[in-house]
Amino acid sequence: MNFDMPPAMDRQDLRDLKKSIDLGFRDFSRAYGDDLEAFFDPLLYFLVWLEKLLLATPWPVILLAVGVIAWFGARKWFVVVGSVAAFLLIGYFGMWKDMLATLAIVSVSTLLCVVIGIPIGICMARSDKVRSLITPILDVMQTIPSFVYLIPVVMLLGIGKVPGLISVCIYAIPPIVRLTNLGIRLVDKEVLEAAQAFGASPQQKLFGVQVPLALPNIFAGVNQTIMMALAMVVIASMIGMQGLGQQVLRAVSNQYLALGFMNGLAIVALAIIFDRISQNYGKRLQKHLEGGRDE
Amino acid sequence: MSDAAVQIRQVYKIFGPNPKSMVKHVKNGISKQDLMDLHGHVLGLKNVNIDVRTKEIQVIMGLSGSGKSTLIRHINRLIDPTSGEILINGQNILNMTKAELRTFRRFSISMVFQKFSLLPHRTVAANVAYGMEIQKLEKRTVSERCQKWIDRVGLTGFESYYPAQLSGGMQQRVGLARALATDADILLMDEPFSALDPLIRTDMQDVLLSLQSELHKTIIFITHDLDEALRIGDDIAILRDGSLVQKGSPQNIILNPLNNYVAAFTKDINRGRVLYIESVMDDGIANDAIKIQHDTVIDDALQVLIQNNTTYANVVKNRNIIGQVSLNNLIASLSRPKVSGDSPV
Repeated sequence: MNFDMPPAMDRQDLRDLKKSIDLGFRDFSRAYGDDLEAFFDPLLYFLVWLEKLLLATPWPVILLAVGVIAWFGARKWFVVVGSVAAFLLIGYFGMWKDMLATLAIVSVSTLLCVVIGIPIGICMARSDKVRSLITPILDVMQTIPSFVYLIPVVMLLGIGKVPGLISVCIYAIPPIVRLTNLGIRLVDKEVLEAAQAFGASPQQKLFGVQVPLALPNIFAGVNQTIMMALAMVVIASMIGMQGLGQQVLRAVSNQYLALGFMNGLAIVALAIIFDRISQNYGKRLQKHLEGGRDE
Repeated sequence: MSDAAVQIRQVYKIFGPNPKSMVKHVKNGISKQDLMDLHGHVLGLKNVNIDVRTKEIQVIMGLSGSGKSTLIRHINRLIDPTSGEILINGQNILNMTKAELRTFRRFSISMVFQKFSLLPHRTVAANVAYGMEIQKLEKRTVSERCQKWIDRVGLTGFESYYPAQLSGGMQQRVGLARALATDADILLMDEPFSALDPLIRTDMQDVLLSLQSELHKTIIFITHDLDEALRIGDDIAILRDGSLVQKGSPQNIILNPLNNYVAAFTKDINRGRVLYIESVMDDGIANDAIKIQHDTVIDDALQVLIQNNTTYANVVKNRNIIGQVSLNNLIASLSRPKVSGDSPV
């Protein structure tokens, strides 16, 4: 007996196994790749449209929009001033177009994650079976090195915006699913019982009690999803995603220190802006719990 | 059909993995402890039979763990019995489909909770409107009725507050208004005032009694507080370990405790402030005596006798003399009957 290594598959067999998986997937992507691409076309159009819209908008309008959104989200002056100043600086250092591209991608992928993630989270909250099925999938999604699932995405859809978008979504969706599930499960059982005692139907319970009371948690999930989407845009740039991430990638491969830091810090600035706005908004959703009166 | 609005018939409730199969053990008289030790099931309710007369306040009393909160949840089927029947106006609600049950809960029965269970994200007005929204009433009707009940429970001016901004007593007023606003005939109250300070509690009891004198709902009221039970109840049912121990009018429970458990419960009651002279009077008519109303409590009657410097009086009801009381028999009835052992705790 040999105790140096545990029993292993025969090398030839292993090679054949890998090969057959690869070939099988290649055949699959050859057969269905075009259909899949067509399926995701609306997403592509939407993303391109948003990017063009942002690029065509005069910069003062964008700054104004950022200020207004910051005000309505956070209701704090320093968040408004900080956001506008950060955008101005990004523009001043020549990263305006890349920043808008990143903004478009992050917005679309966050939207996509919200639209897909919240219903999944709700299903998880309503059934323990669904939860025990989805939780391991989320675990895999969160721990598998993100480069690994770039491979099948690229094989299926090639390189470009849509595969980039999809990889960002795969990476960014788990928090919103988890926190939606958690938020709904944490809703006070007694309040739910009261709704039931008054004859609320399952839908009335869900939309009248559970979702509104879970909103602060759901919002924390949205916040996390935005952050993770921003983190992923750099990696997704490896498969042709435009934006700040691509400049970072260029800086890494060419050892451009300044370029790398500038674009990296621009991503940080975006992240902080998104975070402050969405977190403050989430906090205001809980106002009713604190005893402050509604204006 | 009798005048009972709610009839609870041979209701058993057993908690555990396979409760149905345990019913026969319980019917054969297995003890709560043995059911737990031998079969791993918890006995919730055991052969409970209660008829709640329409338009009266039925108090269900018991210590924690006696099954009273479980029992009240059977009446709107928040909990289903393991075996037995629950008839509301003659209809067995256990036969209802899900949709029928929802309709029943929307229109015929409403509930007030121990911890208020208000919707924290809704204002006072929106909380009161909740039941009516589920009834799908017209917006105008909702806001009219909403205002009426907010005014009626004394919360005028607090419409736009959130529950977290209100004191406990005020929150329970919202809970009461929310329950009354649906216009249901049956009102379930699960220890509604237990979480409140004693003074506020008396306050709320007054609110409830004054509302009831107008509305005449059928109310099932859970409490662990005998004073509250005596003050509010037209009829009191005492639960112990999931079984009904005694049921009767407050006077009857105090005067004729069926066993030591009930007697021990009632022993600390100030009988002079609770018992009516009607309950302790003797037959016959005294000559030349002053008259006292039948529903005067003993303390007050003694006061009257002493003030009039006399030792006996006639008891009057609807202007007719229905009996007599003397100083001696009033004082004698202040002392509680001797009972031994078996305390409720």
